[in-house]
Order: sequence, then structure tokens, then C-alpha cells
Amino acid sequence: MNTVVYDGSYEGLLSAVFEIYEYKINDACIVKKDEVNGSLFGAVHTVETNEEKSKRVYKKLKDKLTPNALSQLFKTFLSEEKNIENVLYRYIAYTLSSRVSVENNFSHPDVLMLQQTSRKVHREKHRMEAFVRFQLSKDGLYYSLIQPDFNVLPLISNHFEKRYADQRWLIYDSRRKYGLYYDLHKVEEISMQFSENMNDKNALKAIIDEKEELYQRLWQQYFSSVNIAARKNMKLHIQHMPKRYWRWLTEKKG
Amino acid sequence: MSDRIQEKLSILADAAKYDVSCSSSGSDRKNTNKGLGNASNGICHAYTEDGRCVSLLKILLTNHCIFDCAYCVSRKSNDIKRAAFTVQEVVDLTINFYRRNYIEGLFLSSGIFSNADYTMERLIRVAKTLRTEHKFNGYIHLKTIPGASEELMKEAGLWADRLSINVEMPTKKSLALLAPDKKQEDMIKPMQFLKEAIIANKEEKRLFKKAPKFAPAGQSTQMVIGATPETDLEILYLANGFYKKMNMRRVYYSGYVPISNDNRLPAIGTPVPMIRENRLYQADWLLRFYGFNVNEIVDKKNPLLDMDIDPKLGWALRNLNMFPVDINKADYQLIMRIPGIGIQSAKKICDARKFGAVTWEHLKKFGIAVNRARYFINSNKEFETKDLQPMQIKQFILQESQSKYRPNFSPQTKLF
Repeated sequence: MNTVVYDGSYEGLLSAVFEIYEYKINDACIVKKDEVNGSLFGAVHTVETNEEKSKRVYKKLKDKLTPNALSQLFKTFLSEEKNIENVLYRYIAYTLSSRVSVENNFSHPDVLMLQQTSRKVHREKHRMEAFVRFQLSKDGLYYSLIQPDFNVLPLISNHFEKRYADQRWLIYDSRRKYGLYYDLHKVEEISMQFSENMNDKNALKAIIDEKEELYQRLWQQYFSSVNIAARKNMKLHIQHMPKRYWRWLTEKKG
Repeated sequence: MSDRIQEKLSILADAAKYDVSCSSSGSDRKNTNKGLGNASNGICHAYTEDGRCVSLLKILLTNHCIFDCAYCVSRKSNDIKRAAFTVQEVVDLTINFYRRNYIEGLFLSSGIFSNADYTMERLIRVAKTLRTEHKFNGYIHLKTIPGASEELMKEAGLWADRLSINVEMPTKKSLALLAPDKKQEDMIKPMQFLKEAIIANKEEKRLFKKAPKFAPAGQSTQMVIGATPETDLEILYLANGFYKKMNMRRVYYSGYVPISNDNRLPAIGTPVPMIRENRLYQADWLLRFYGFNVNEIVDKKNPLLDMDIDPKLGWALRNLNMFPVDINKADYQLIMRIPGIGIQSAKKICDARKFGAVTWEHLKKFGIAVNRARYFINSNKEFETKDLQPMQIKQFILQESQSKYRPNFSPQTKLF
């Protein structure tokens, strides 16, 4: 087995795929740079992320895949699941090797895997579009902390940019330590020190807008008033709003 | 001041919650004016402890009402706290909730104070203020007040994404019994008007791209289930008529929550008919997405939906002559009708079989409900069905399944 090491980025992965073909590496196993373990057998090939190479792979895929499948590919990558690089590599190789489109061949394990994994990531994207809760700071910034299961910030950027075009906002993934910041003109990816106790009530007092607490209270009131006690169904409630998200949800903090 | 708003919110959200519609999809309003929001996606931002989706700020403008409908908490004769929002208060709440990503928009209804037009005008003023003064492009669902003038309905459609008038009861008789102030014509007439206005607007938009939108998410309605003795046959035929003749986007079924000691109604403490409500929604889905005719789901011989199995399985058991189906050859339409196979799986099967035979192992990986589907499929020798009777199949399926309603149907008496 030959190990191919890449930097963990999507462009890096596409560059790796390019080089597997370029250097005719047989039996390749793609590994993220910081997941390389010491006891490696066989040769190690380290890939430098290269815009030219990744673009060429991307263009080739664009010719062969529908936009939907292309987006599934990227979503599956964002799942960050173990060994997902090699599923993606095999899927790409399968796609390139076939003259006809294979993206709907769900009997093929990698095609099915891609479809199912991208769906999980898509669900998380949709959840974050729902579960982001902005708080207004004194200087007029709507900010939100999240910890999604998958790396979905790249997928939700467009949604929030379109929706909140007239307010400055920041969505920060405190697990992956980066965020999206919109300055009324464009969205930028930023990394910064954003300590977790920023979500803590006392620390917040100093920086939040004077009306913020009122609207949080009103939202909590609304949330409890629309509930119909005679229909209580906690199982369904938790199924839709799993507990791991509660600490970020205004209405569940109460 | 803020305490008073909170009290109003608690009263007027509480009074609005029996309207079950929470849909925020189906519109196509975009944020083109660099304003606030868009309405296209349909997102549930939260779920209450009863498991229902919270998508919109759903409130009444006021719960003062001149009507006395027995099934309604806001009825005139009910001794409860009354409150009313000002237009500005509703606007502020909507904008501030929306900016924090709590909601997709506003669902505004109202008790009828003074008269229908007066009430309707206030609802419209809220929507208009949001659209014009705040450049708000989020979702707005307005309730159409029965008896409001056609001019006002027309104006409402210009600002709202969806309009709805609740038919309330499945039959005229029940409506006369429980809502003596309301007549079914008062609801059907405006539905008809809106249907025509929506069609006319679509035509207009085809000719002039810039023609203003009119209720782009269409209209919906709701009926209360289980307060009166109607059969599922009556309910589903009415719903089907709404879909076919009124172009309704949705019909909602609201299981009656006992809120009154009125002897015309189920007593307080009677359980909410949640299973029946669920079965009606399943039947509704079969009508809208699975190509079923209403008479395949209920008919004179079977006027009630099975409570222990879903209506698609019920249909299959009554029509075993259609099965087993060969999933490698059958039409997509028929594959969709196999119990345990939904639209997604049916699509997957039809896509995958172009590359080679789809086997039982594939089906399991696709995530179909194997325990139900196995009795209705015959694609290769692995799963030939014996000559089982419908009742036997039903028993096998019930034994193996873990329905969320199972305890209610357990044939065994509970000892403890």
C-alpha cells in the first residue's frame, strides 16, 4: 500500500487525486497530514496542494457529473469521517473510468456511501440554518456560536448572506475554531480567539445590546406558550432537537 | 412595559397554537432589495415539547372575539384573560425574532373584534408595514377573516405569502352545531375568490414578469378532527375536494384538544386523537405525493382508516392481487405503492436497476422498511412469498414492528 499525504483541504484532496494519476501510484491510500501515524509500510508520497491540479480534476468531474453529484462529493468531504478520502477517491476513479454516468448506480457501495453520507451532512447544514441563534452585541453585530457535527460552515454561508443582507453577522464554529463574518458587503472566513465562556451569561452582560435580554426572554416565553401540554411528546421533541444542541439554543437555556 | 408585552405574548401565542399550520415553504420571495430575509426554504427553527415544529411567530392580533364557537378557546363566552397587540408591537416582535434567526416569519390570525373588515384591515396593516417600512422579505401567513370584503382579501394577497381560511368542521351540520355564528359558505366563498385571484396572478406573471406577487405560497385550510362524529371518509373526501377544486396547498387536520365543559364536545381529559390525526396525514400524503385516489384509501365499505396500520399498508392488504411486485420491472408508480418503500427509495431502485438487478441485499442497504416490504416484493428467488392471507401478513408485520403506537394496540392484557 502506498500512502498519499495531503493537507486536509478539498483542493488538497483533488490535488492528491491528480498526483495519483500523474505518478501512477498503485494501491493508493490517502491520509490527512495530521493523521499520518508513524508505523507506515510502503512508500509515502506527500502532495503539495496545487490550484492548477485541483482545478483540472474539478473540471473533469464537472464534465462527468451533474451539479447535484458534484455537491454530494463536497458535502461528503465535509463529513470529516474517518477514511472518507478513500471513498471519495474510489468514487472519482469509478466516475472517470466509466463512459456513462454512474452517479445513480446505488448498488455500488461507494456511490451509495456518498449518497448517504452527503445526506447526513446536508441534514446538519439544514439544522444549522435552523439552530443558529444570533445575539446582538452593543456595536450592532449579530453573533452566534455553533458546534455542528460536520464542517458545514462552507455550506451555510450563502444562505445567511442572502437572508441577512442588511445586518452584520458572525457565525463561529467553536469546535473547528473558525467562523464566517459578514460586513454588509461580503462574507469572509475568519479565525480568531473566541472563548467559549462568551456564551456565559455574566461575560455576555458587558458586551450585549440592552434589548438583547428582553428578546431572549420573549422568545423563551413564546416557545413555552405555543406548546400544547395535552399533546406532550418528549421523544419526538428530542428526536427533532437532539440534546447536544440545547446549550446553543436560546429557548432551551431558559 | 416589557412585562406587559411578555404577558400579551403569552396570551396571544397560547390562543393561536391550535392552528396547526406551521409551513413556511412554497414561496419564492427573494431578498433582492438588500432588505431583511427571504421566503423560500421552509425551516423549522425549533420544536416544542409536544414535538411540533416552530417555524413562524404564530400569534393572534387579539383574542377578543364576537363569535362563540364552542371548540375555540377565544370564544366570547369563555372566561379568560383578553389582550390585544398594537400593529407596531407585532412588527417589532417579528423583526427582532427574525433577525436572531428564531423564525421564518409571521403567522398572524385574530379573534373577530367589531367586524370582519375592521379586523382584516389590521392584519393587512401589519403585513404592509413589514414589507414596505422594514423591507421584510420573510414569510407572512395571514388568516383571512370570514366575511371580509374582496378588496381587503386582494390587498392581503399582495403582502402575504400564504392566506388561509379554516373550514373548521368537516360538515355543515357540525359547524352549525358548534359555531352558530359561522356558515360554511362564508368560508368556501373566499376560498373560491382566492383560488381565482391566484390563478389570475399566475397568468399575469407569465405575461409580465414584474407583475406583483399574489399569495405565492397559495392557500391552506384546517379542520378540527374528533370533536364531531364525522368518518375519515367524509374528512378525506372534503380534503380531496379542496386539493382538486380549490388548488389548496395544504389541508391541516387538528386533533381536538378538549378545552371546554360544553356537553356538545368531548369532555376535558378526553385524550387528543393523535393516532387518528397521524393516519389522516399519512392518507393526505398518499393523495398528494403517491398518486392515490381518495377512493382507494377510504370507501363506503371502509369509511374509517385502520388505526393499527398505516393507510398504504391497509390499501396493499385489500389489494393483494396487485402483489408481489417485481422491483426490477415494475413501474415507478407501483414501486412507490409497496408498503415500506417511500418516494426516495422508489427513485433509488429505479435508478439503480439500470445498472443491473437490484437485490434484497441492496434494498436493505437503501434503508427500506424490510419487515413490511418483504411480503409484497418478488424480484428474485430469495424472497418468494407464500400464500398468506391479508390478516396473517398484518399480524406478522405488527408482531415484528415497533410502532410508536404499539402499546395502544397490544392484544395482550396488561397485568401490571
